[in-house]
Amino acid sequence: MDLNYKATELSLALPGTDDSPELNTTTTSTPIKTNKRGSPEMGPSAAGESKSAPRAKAQVVGWPPVRSYRRNALQGKKVEPEMGSGMFVKVSMDGAPYLRKIDLKVYKSYGELMKSLEGMFACIIGLYNEKEGYNGSKHAATYEDKDGDWMLVGDVPWEMFVTSCKRLRIMKGCEARGLEL
Amino acid sequence: MVYSLPEEVLEHVFSFITSDKDRNVVSVVCKSWYEIERKCRRKVFIGNCYSVSPGIMIRRFPEVRSVELKGKPHFADFNLVPEGWGGYACSWIDKMSRAYPWLEEIRLKWMVVTDESLELISTSFKNYKVLVLASCEGFSTDGLSAIAANCRNLRELDLQESEVMDSSGHWLSHFPDTFTSLESLNISCLGSEVSFSALERLVARSPNLKTLRLNRAVPLGKLSTLLQQAPQLVELGTGAYLSGVRSDVYSALSKAFLGCKELKGLSGFWDVDPSYLPAFYSVCSRLTTLNLSYATIRSPDITKVISLCPNLQRLLVLDHIEDSGLNALALSCKNLQELRVFPSYLYVADANVTLTEQGLVSVSQGCSKLQSVLYFCHQMSNSALITIAKNRPNLTCFRLCIIEPRTPDYLTHEPLDIGFGAIVKHCKNLNRLSLSGLLTDRVFEYIGTHAKKLDMLSIAFAGDSDLGLHHVLSGCEILKKLEIRDCPFGDTALLANVAKLATMRSLWMSSCAVSIGACKILSRKMPMLNVEVTDENGTLDPKLDSCLVEKLYVYRTVAGPRSDMPGYIWTMDRDSANKI
Repeated sequence: MDLNYKATELSLALPGTDDSPELNTTTTSTPIKTNKRGSPEMGPSAAGESKSAPRAKAQVVGWPPVRSYRRNALQGKKVEPEMGSGMFVKVSMDGAPYLRKIDLKVYKSYGELMKSLEGMFACIIGLYNEKEGYNGSKHAATYEDKDGDWMLVGDVPWEMFVTSCKRLRIMKGCEARGLEL
Repeated sequence: MVYSLPEEVLEHVFSFITSDKDRNVVSVVCKSWYEIERKCRRKVFIGNCYSVSPGIMIRRFPEVRSVELKGKPHFADFNLVPEGWGGYACSWIDKMSRAYPWLEEIRLKWMVVTDESLELISTSFKNYKVLVLASCEGFSTDGLSAIAANCRNLRELDLQESEVMDSSGHWLSHFPDTFTSLESLNISCLGSEVSFSALERLVARSPNLKTLRLNRAVPLGKLSTLLQQAPQLVELGTGAYLSGVRSDVYSALSKAFLGCKELKGLSGFWDVDPSYLPAFYSVCSRLTTLNLSYATIRSPDITKVISLCPNLQRLLVLDHIEDSGLNALALSCKNLQELRVFPSYLYVADANVTLTEQGLVSVSQGCSKLQSVLYFCHQMSNSALITIAKNRPNLTCFRLCIIEPRTPDYLTHEPLDIGFGAIVKHCKNLNRLSLSGLLTDRVFEYIGTHAKKLDMLSIAFAGDSDLGLHHVLSGCEILKKLEIRDCPFGDTALLANVAKLATMRSLWMSSCAVSIGACKILSRKMPMLNVEVTDENGTLDPKLDSCLVEKLYVYRTVAGPRSDMPGYIWTMDRDSANKI
C-alpha cells in the first residue's frame, strides 16, 4: 500500500478531496514569459513552518489580498494562549511537504482525533493495540510530551494527553514499531 | 430671453451642493457657472494625486477648506507596489501651506508624509481642524508632537493603519492643557506605548470626544478609567482585551461600559480573553458597528455576542465565526448592511475552522439589507453564488477571495463563471467587484454585458486571453478603477480600448502579458495618459518591443509625466521610451 503521496501533492483542490483538477485552464494566447511570480517551483518558506520540504507551498506575493497591517497583526500572534482560546499543536507527517496545526480542545477522545488526522493526511493511522500492535497500518501517531519525550498516542487517559501534548508526529509504521519494545 | 441669477444667489444655491460629483457637473454648465463654482468650492477630492498638480488645484479653487488626496495604487496594500514608488505629500502640503491659510482639513491615503510636512501643517493654518492619515508612512511621533503642540483647534486626528515610526510615547503630552476641542482620536496603529497619564488627562478635558481608538499597548485595566472620563463616546477601539484573571478589572470595566449610553461602535479587541467579553454586553443592543477582526474568539463566545446585537449594521470578523456564527448572524441581525470576513490563517485552511460558502449564503438569505460583502474562504460553488445573487440583488459591493488561486467550483469542478455571472446579472447596482477562483474569459463576457454600474474591478489569476480584458474595457461603461494581476491579458485588448483608458482614473496590470512595444503605442496615441512601467529586476530592454512588462500603471492626468519616480519606473513618453 502506498503512502498516499497523492494527498500531499500540490494541487488546487482542498486537502482531502480526491479529484485534483487541472492546474491551468487552456490558454489560447501566447504563453506568458519571464516575470510571473509564485510558480510552484519557486523558493522555500511556506509560512515558515515546513522544515524539510523540498517542494514547499509557494507563497505568492501579495496573495491572499490581506493588508500588510492585518498580516503583521496576524503573524504577531505566534503563541496561542492555552487558556480560553484553544490548544493548538503542530502536526507533522513524515514525507509531507508542510505541517498542519490542530486545536486539541476540539476533540473529546482519541477516536475523534485520529479520525481528524486521517482526514487531514489521508492515511490510515490505527490505534495501537497491545495484542495486534499497529493493526497492520503503515503509520503511527506519536507525540512529544512536556518533558520532551516522544510517546505513542493512546497510552494515557485523554485529558492527561491533552494537557501534556506539545506536538504530534505521524511516523511511518516501520519506525513506530521500534516503540513497542 | 434668459435671465441669469445674480452671482451671490448662485453662490448661495451652490453652497448646498456638497458632493464632488455634483459640483463637477455644476461647473461644466456654462462659463459663468464654472467661475462662480470654482471660487466657492470648499472641498476637493483628488483620487490620484498625480492626475493634477497642486498648482493647478490652487489656481482653480482659491477658497478651499478641505483637501483629500490618494497616492499609491490600491495594490500597494498587498506589497505589489515597490518601495520608493512615490505618493509624496510634501509638495502638496508645501504649496497649500502658502496658498490656503484657512485650510481646515487634510485627508491623505496611501501617501508618504514627512515630519517636516506635519510640522508645516501645524504652523501654517490658523484654524486647522482635521488630519486623517490612512495607510500612510514616512513620519514619526515627532511630527505628531508638532501637531499636538500647535493645532489649537484640532478636532480630529486619525492615523488609520499608518506606519508610524515611534520615537517616544510622549507626543500626547504636547497637547497643551488649554486644548479641549478634540472630537476624534485614532491611534490604533501605534506600536509602542503612549503615556497613559497624558492620554487620561487629554480624554478628561475633551468633552466633545466622540471617537477614541486606542492602540494594543493600552492595557484593559486602564480602559475603564478612560470610559469613566468619556461616557459620551460613540465609537471606541479597545487596546489589548485581556488582563489575566482579575475580577476587579472585570467589574470596573463592566460598570464603565454600563455608563456609556451613546456607544454605537466597537473595535480593537486585540488578544481577546473571552472571559472579559460579557463586560460589554450592556452596550450590545445599541451597537451598529462591531469590528472583531483582530479577535480570535470562536463559538460559543462569538455567537453569543452577535445574538445580543440586533441593531448591527456593520460587522467585521475573522473566519473563526464559522458557518454556525454566520447562521446566528443571519437570524439576529436583520439590519446588517456590511459584512467582512477575514482569514485567520493566510495560506493553508485551518482544519478547525468550518467557514464555507454556506455561511455567506445564510447571511444573504437572512439579512435583507445586506449591501456590501468582503469574504475570504477556501471553497465556493456556482450554485451558492447564484443563490446569493438571487437573494440579494441589492448588493453594491461584492468582494470574494477564495484563498487558493484558480480554485474551481468544489462541487462540479467547473469554473466559477456562471456564479459570478449571476452576481453581475442580478445585482444591477453593483459598483465594486473582486473576483477569485477558476475563471475563464466567459466571466468577463458576463461582466461586460451586465455590470453597467461597475466603478471598480479587481481581477487576479483569471481569464484565458485578451478577449477577457476586452469584454471589460468595452462593456463596463463607467468603470473607473481596474486592477489586474497574473492574468493572460496583453497588448491586443489594451490597444483596442485606448480611448476607454482616458475615462478611467487608473489601470494597474502586473504579471500580465503586456509588452513594452504596446506601452509605447499607447503612450503615443493617448498623450493625456501617463503610462508607467516598472522594471525592478532591471531585465527590461526598452529597445526590445516584445519584452514583457512586470508592472504597468496607466492613469489620466493634466499634470504631465511625474518627476518623482524611482530609477526602476519609466514613463513612456510620446516619442520614445525614456528613462526620466
